[in-house]
Amino acid sequence: MPRQLREVVFVDGVRTPFGKAKGQYAETRADDLVIKCIRDLLRRNPSLPPERVDEVAIAATTQIGDQGLTIGRTAALLAGLPQSVPGFAIDRMCAGAMTAVTTTASGIAFGAYDVAIAGGVEHMGRHPMGEGVDPNPRILSERIVNPDALVMGKTAENLHDRYPTITKERVDTYAVRSQQKTKAAYDAGSLQRDLVPVATRSAEAGWGLATSDEPMRPETTMETLAGLKTPFRAHGKVTAGNAAGINDGATAALLADEETARELGLPVRMRLVSFSFVGVEPEVMGAGPIPATEKALSQAGLTIDDIQAFEVNEAFAVQVLAFLEHFGIADDDTRVNPYGGAIAMGHPLASSGVRLMTQLARQFEERPEVRYGLTTMCIGIGMGGTVIWENPHWTGADTTDSNGDSK
Amino acid sequence: MSTPDISALLARAEEISSDAERVTAAHLRKVTLPPVDGTAATIGLITLDNGEDHTRPNTFGPRSLLALNAAIDEALADDTVTAIGVTGKPFILAAGADLTSIQGGGPDAVRVVAELGHAVFRKLGEGGKPSFGFINGLALGGGLEVALHCTYRTVMDSAPALGLPEVMLGLVPGWGGAYLVPQLVGADKAVTLILENPLNNGKTLGGRAAYDFGLADAVFGGADFLEQSLLWAADVLAGKVTVERPVVDKDAWDAAVARAEGIVQSKTGGASPAARKAVELIAGARDADRDAGFAAEDDALEAMSRTPELIASLYAFDLVQKRAKRPAGAPDKALARPVTKVGIVGAGLMASQLALLFVRRLEVPVVLTDLDQERADKGVAYVHAEIDKLLAKGRGYNQDKANRHKALVTGATDKQAAFGDADFVIEAVFEEMSVKKSVFADVEKVVAAECVLATNTSSLSITEMAADLEHPERVVGFHFFNPVAVMPLLEIVRGEQTDDATLATAFATGKALKKTTILVKDSPSFIVNRLLGRFMGEVGRIVDEGTPVAVADGAFAGVAPMPPFMLLSLVGPAIALHNNETLHRAFPERFYVSPALERVVATKKGSYYAPDLSIDPEVEALLEKPESPVVLTAPEVRERVLAGLAQEAQLMLDEGVVAAPEDLDLAMITGAGFSFWNGGLTMLLDIAGISEKVNGKRFH
Repeated sequence: MPRQLREVVFVDGVRTPFGKAKGQYAETRADDLVIKCIRDLLRRNPSLPPERVDEVAIAATTQIGDQGLTIGRTAALLAGLPQSVPGFAIDRMCAGAMTAVTTTASGIAFGAYDVAIAGGVEHMGRHPMGEGVDPNPRILSERIVNPDALVMGKTAENLHDRYPTITKERVDTYAVRSQQKTKAAYDAGSLQRDLVPVATRSAEAGWGLATSDEPMRPETTMETLAGLKTPFRAHGKVTAGNAAGINDGATAALLADEETARELGLPVRMRLVSFSFVGVEPEVMGAGPIPATEKALSQAGLTIDDIQAFEVNEAFAVQVLAFLEHFGIADDDTRVNPYGGAIAMGHPLASSGVRLMTQLARQFEERPEVRYGLTTMCIGIGMGGTVIWENPHWTGADTTDSNGDSK
Repeated sequence: MSTPDISALLARAEEISSDAERVTAAHLRKVTLPPVDGTAATIGLITLDNGEDHTRPNTFGPRSLLALNAAIDEALADDTVTAIGVTGKPFILAAGADLTSIQGGGPDAVRVVAELGHAVFRKLGEGGKPSFGFINGLALGGGLEVALHCTYRTVMDSAPALGLPEVMLGLVPGWGGAYLVPQLVGADKAVTLILENPLNNGKTLGGRAAYDFGLADAVFGGADFLEQSLLWAADVLAGKVTVERPVVDKDAWDAAVARAEGIVQSKTGGASPAARKAVELIAGARDADRDAGFAAEDDALEAMSRTPELIASLYAFDLVQKRAKRPAGAPDKALARPVTKVGIVGAGLMASQLALLFVRRLEVPVVLTDLDQERADKGVAYVHAEIDKLLAKGRGYNQDKANRHKALVTGATDKQAAFGDADFVIEAVFEEMSVKKSVFADVEKVVAAECVLATNTSSLSITEMAADLEHPERVVGFHFFNPVAVMPLLEIVRGEQTDDATLATAFATGKALKKTTILVKDSPSFIVNRLLGRFMGEVGRIVDEGTPVAVADGAFAGVAPMPPFMLLSLVGPAIALHNNETLHRAFPERFYVSPALERVVATKKGSYYAPDLSIDPEVEALLEKPESPVVLTAPEVRERVLAGLAQEAQLMLDEGVVAAPEDLDLAMITGAGFSFWNGGLTMLLDIAGISEKVNGKRFH
């Protein structure tokens, strides 16, 4: 039987406002967070008959309790999707939702699905990183993995060793800018467009409504950052201020075969070009996006110069700067994370990949001169993941130079 | 924003409040809604939460109302708050008034609670800021009324129960419900909500149905109910969504009130003061303004608090809510043995009804046995046909369930093969001691040593039936009421030798069958049939002495579910006669066997009535024609019969037939349809002063 690959498009993406662990979602279930995202996707796309969803892939790093029970399937049922819609759970640590997207996208390209929902959730207040883990003793006895690999902050300090030019001042400067960009994005109403308000239960205070990211600290300055501790290494560089926090949140995206999207009248907001996951030394986890991006570019027959919009996850500022330095991009390049990033918004591990994509889709909308963009992130146990997307709104001629300035 | 000064009322509420109240807190939180067209509204969202889980719903006593009052005042006073919302803890808005505050305080306290509820709730509708009731789950009585006072309402589609059950409890919806509901959805629907549903076993509406009914302006799914409600509220406040409600037709009032009167007559015989009062309130709501409507409710609640029926109704409510769930005298549940297969001796109509009940509720193999395969097969065919009827009705009963249940029911003649691995065998054969004894002797040969042997006898001695068995300790009485699928009562009879494990298994099985179980001592005709036997015996004697059937029939409106001779016709004259004869043998001095009834039975007449509900002339001809007839009036008939019942009830307590008068009442409510608002039987006898007259003391 002859096969033909099909184009995969990103139709829509939403997320909950992110919370600080033990904060606004302290009494809210993890599965409820992602369920609300799925329902909002369906509400925002009324021309999609719910029974046309062929798969629901939901990622969570710690798949126990309210993040367990094959969360993709149970979330689909609890979101009111028809019983005929299947679902599954997926885990690639921080790149869980990204992997949910690439996995279902592969199924769409192959012809197994026409429409899929991919998302992720992490309620780190309820499920701290490392909850219930049981590392194989061979990891130590046979020195298979440097023990630093299990402590993400240490891997970030190790990355500073690899890139000695990335100073504490540079990462702090980056972090302050991330906070400012997110504040500006909120002020402009950019991020709210894709937020799903969440009713927050509190036995003490009564019900509330979460409508913005709780971790934001727009008042952050270089001075406040300078005073923070470096918990992962004495006199180190990684602080709570230049890294993402411990957060709760969920995301979900709607993907489709391009023809199906047009048939159903669904918006085509990004077109998948290529994706790649690559492993690196686990103790220098943050380097992962570099080889992943190289590989995805080469698969697509593109170079970094073809990429004019970036959404880079900010697990640590150093990891973003290492990526930019490698590709010769300035720390303050306006094409990179124009709405700010995880340092300000938060990084509920397995959910973040879809946040990057949702924001890249907004970049595409706002910048029709851009043809290609990418979403990339580092991944625990030493990996990177990159997805390259094409802008369907592209007007046909590249009008920016490689620094993002208009020609 | 002008609310009347209610400080005097608040002070009185403080005085009557008690530490015993489980206070429902009113947490006020300012919630800024996402902007609509550039403007963000801030709502003062009040969460009602008594700090317990969903099994103990929020209720409103004086302190809870004071807490809500404070929260509403704070929200009204805060200029940054543009609207007020009220919602509840997860799954529950509120279940209404704290009944203990009504039971304990007397008319003055009830008056205070009534006025306080109005004063506080009215601030939601009249406080000067738009308000939203977000009905996020259970909302009964005052729990629904708090939302009814709001300017707008949303409801969760999966909310389990919305309603105004007050009339069932001897009250009226007196915190605005009786006035606001007809104003909102019209008089006819108000009659349904306030009278018809409560008198129909306390029927309530689910969330979706309540929306369709018109109680809410919007309905949202459970997964994001509060979010969607708040976003909807933002749209309403911004004028983006306009709420439109049908105009209430004032010309429909008279017809609705007439319908209400019909319901009250047919369901209560006019004997429930609360039902009558509710009709009055609905009728008055047509032209009353808010002050007058709410004042009428205050007066009504106070009036109800002076009726004995309120105490009796609350007593009955407590019986069916609590005592029914924890049967007095039942042994430790842990002693119960699992029932994984049921045997039924006999395959007649009763046996087949039992088979259907057991297979639906226990979902274990059920074997019907009879003398020949043809009869056994007929029993199985009956069950299969009933299952098909259930399937045709739908309601969640699907083909897989039907297949499963049908496959579990079999018919056999070989008891050894059928009962060898059964844990529970019940006989439903002819009501004759020798027959039953020989059946049990047969069964005992083939069953395991611990298999429970249950008898559905309505009158025979369990002790005697078990006497000659090798293991008499495993015999227990399991007395159902006809029709088995409908009647909630199951009398569980302990023989002299019945052991705790057998009894515990019987109670566990009864519970699994979803029946109300009551422990009864082995005694003639147990509870319901003994009391009904006395009742029918006294009525029969009075008619035989010369009082017309119609007078006797008219004497018990509001006490028994139907006139005595209609009851007799429903039970079947032969069965009634048999019961009377059994009781007469046991207690000849008190139980009367009517010669007229014997003659009616001899003609095989099934009923005293002709199809047009007049007395059948052929039956009329068979009645006693005393030389010097004694013709009593209806009240005299009632008094004399109730006196007989007072005597019998006291004797039953003295004999230890049941643990307490509460069990007699629970049995008469659930097994004989005696009235809720009378508290069954003994409460009625106390209230009517008959207990003291007959027994020299009250039951309670």
